[in-house]
Amino acid sequence: MNVRLEGITKSFLGVTVLRGVDLELRAGEVHALVGENGAGKSTLLKVLAGVHRPDSGRILLDGKEVSFGTPRDAHAAGISIIHQEFNLLEHRSVAENVFLGREPVRRGQVDRRSMEAETRRLLDWLGVGTIDPATAVARLSVAQRQVVEIVKALSADAGVLAMDEPTAALADHEVELLYALVGRLRERGMAILYVSHRMREVFDLSRRITVLKDGAFVATSATGDITSDQLVRQMVGRPLEALYPERGNAAGDVRLALSAAGNGRVRDLTFEVRAGEIVGLAGLQGSGRSATARAIWGVEPFATGSVAVDGVPVRVDRPRTAVRAGIGYVTEDRKDEGLALRQSVKDNVLLVRRAALRGAAARRAADLTELLESVTVTARGPHQEVRYLSGGNQQKVVLGKWLAVEPRVLIVDEPTRGIDVGAKQAVYRLLRDLAGGGVAILMISSELPELIGMSDRILVMHEGAVAGELPAGASEEAVIRLATGHGIGDAA
Amino acid sequence: MSVVRERTLRNASATRPRKFALTPTVTVYVALAVLLVVGSVLVALDGGVLLDQGGILNILTRSTVLGLVAVGQTIVIITGSLDLSVAYLVGLSSLVAAETMAGSGTMIVPGVLLALAVAAVVGLVNGLVITVLRANAFIATLGVALVLRGYLEHNYTGPAGSVPRSFQHLGYDRIGPIPVAALLMLLIAAGAWWYLRRTRGGYHMYAVGGDVDVARLSGVRTGRTIVTAHVLCSVAAGLAGVFLAARLGSGAPYVGTDAGYDLESIAAVVLGGAALAGGRGGVVGTVGGVLILATLDTVFDDLAVDPFFKDVVRGIVLIVAVALYARRQLSRRST
Repeated sequence: MNVRLEGITKSFLGVTVLRGVDLELRAGEVHALVGENGAGKSTLLKVLAGVHRPDSGRILLDGKEVSFGTPRDAHAAGISIIHQEFNLLEHRSVAENVFLGREPVRRGQVDRRSMEAETRRLLDWLGVGTIDPATAVARLSVAQRQVVEIVKALSADAGVLAMDEPTAALADHEVELLYALVGRLRERGMAILYVSHRMREVFDLSRRITVLKDGAFVATSATGDITSDQLVRQMVGRPLEALYPERGNAAGDVRLALSAAGNGRVRDLTFEVRAGEIVGLAGLQGSGRSATARAIWGVEPFATGSVAVDGVPVRVDRPRTAVRAGIGYVTEDRKDEGLALRQSVKDNVLLVRRAALRGAAARRAADLTELLESVTVTARGPHQEVRYLSGGNQQKVVLGKWLAVEPRVLIVDEPTRGIDVGAKQAVYRLLRDLAGGGVAILMISSELPELIGMSDRILVMHEGAVAGELPAGASEEAVIRLATGHGIGDAA
Repeated sequence: MSVVRERTLRNASATRPRKFALTPTVTVYVALAVLLVVGSVLVALDGGVLLDQGGILNILTRSTVLGLVAVGQTIVIITGSLDLSVAYLVGLSSLVAAETMAGSGTMIVPGVLLALAVAAVVGLVNGLVITVLRANAFIATLGVALVLRGYLEHNYTGPAGSVPRSFQHLGYDRIGPIPVAALLMLLIAAGAWWYLRRTRGGYHMYAVGGDVDVARLSGVRTGRTIVTAHVLCSVAAGLAGVFLAARLGSGAPYVGTDAGYDLESIAAVVLGGAALAGGRGGVVGTVGGVLILATLDTVFDDLAVDPFFKDVVRGIVLIVAVALYARRQLSRRST
């Protein structure tokens, strides 16, 4: 099946997310869609899936214009989407998930036998016959769940399959499997839209590449005609250097010191972060970066070793003790862990202060305006609910929440995830200013250019331990070599 | 490549569901068996017999009305919803049935049908308030419950209407120690089981309760599914009302609320192993939960236990059950 998207425009609450995007998918071809976070890739996918209706623009299937009001319509037209978060029911079986919404009926009841037989047939065809169609999805690994999603699309006889960051949660050898599956689907004549920010996969799999930037179409190129560097330039559209503030002066005293610290997920961590310093923590998904942060902050505390703040040993066994020891943590999941979305800007900014301090200090609110100004939040006022703010402003509120208790150590986990470039720049400047004010900052990020651009030095983690340390300005290649434990990995 | 594939996916066959897993449903019936044994011993020590003809009759009669209401409640809870209006609806439909019949044998069928139709309309309202007005199920059905209560309090002060003698057989006839009504309840439960486990409608209820977004993105008509669940639940409550009319000889406005069928039915469903959040559970477990509650009551009656103490024990049983299920859930997640 061939699909053409023409001039797709979509805005939410006055914020334009897609402006006039064109995209053409051809049968039997893998088309990669790349762009920075917030470039509009996921929204474009959701337009294709019938989740969002475009404000203007056309969708053509094999030359005929269609309009999708609901996901059901898109399904019926042969379009399947594998979203970033899996769309599976954990407590139902593989076959029940595959046929959800399209269960075959025989004599008034669901024909479970043919459902399981067809699921088995498709699993065998994909070469993964080891998955039992009657198993509950809850018992499957992430890679297996992905296979189930693919089978679901296949069984719907989809002519178009869009995959949103399909490898985000996969281990290396599982990525290999996905490659093979994508190859088979292509041979079958499916049109595949492959959304990823991993350059290596984009070049390995696709025949053509479309770049989006800030919701606008930049270019579509044949994969053979473009280099990875050119592609990155199209995605970023500006010299990278200007994005990051200048590094500060020499580091001061040791603020945070770990010595042989470990628990079930990380081991033998010994490092220091000094006042005025931003230390980057790099590594692949699951390498223990966030586990380290969560351990320092007492969510899943260290079982062995010791932690000291400003030279004083501290035993952090839960977030409250961490806060009282002067450690702040901007979590990677802003909406679930960082903010009380239905509360006001004011309540969120004062949240930690009210919870962790005592007496008059906990009640202090006189400096609220000052705090909001220092993190440059744009809101209608301190009483606006946080859920109505943009991602960038929400992140600034999270930072403000920590500034309110003047932490000595601040851990930031994916601080710019899902926010636009302007807000990113503001966050970078804020972090650098904080460091300049004497805070020790430990920064985790999956976006290597960001990590390299911001860090004074980089600790690279691999399988739960620090694999090595790199100075400021290290190359992406050097980071990846350490992160993969050996040769060349993928460039983010 | 094939080596890689094998390593990634081999463990799927090793994790096939075990045949004799201690699922909540199994746990309920094991608990019921233990309770029957312990209860028999306790009653015997007191000089009585728990499971004689009278005792069995007692347990089954207690189970009938609550069973009907709880089977309906199971359907909405699996769909991720809740119905707090069932207790008033039981009273209302008993009145509709008894007043329509007005002692006349020819009006039995119209009376039953009208009562069920009224119940279906209440269920439709519940479902539409939840899906179209997007009110939280708890509040929506509480609101409908208050509306029903207002209507009942304004129009009735006590029992009204009367059912013909021939219809009262439904309330009292039995085959050996088994009341006909209990068999009817089990038949309804079997029908509900078949619907939930074997039909598309039932599959979609589990899907909507499991994750409404996943269901919607997979093309399930989620609103329609929720409304259907509420209509079925209300019809089950209506049946309970009709049966009570047969048993009492007339309609009684507060027969449902006096017995606390709203919270009692939710307790039975949860005791039966359903997740209050939806997506998991089943009719078989619920029937077990109902039997446990009925057996507890019967044992306490035989022992002439203080009714306040009775409530304390029921409360503890419920909490222990839910805590056990939650613990199982946790240990599975961590593996």
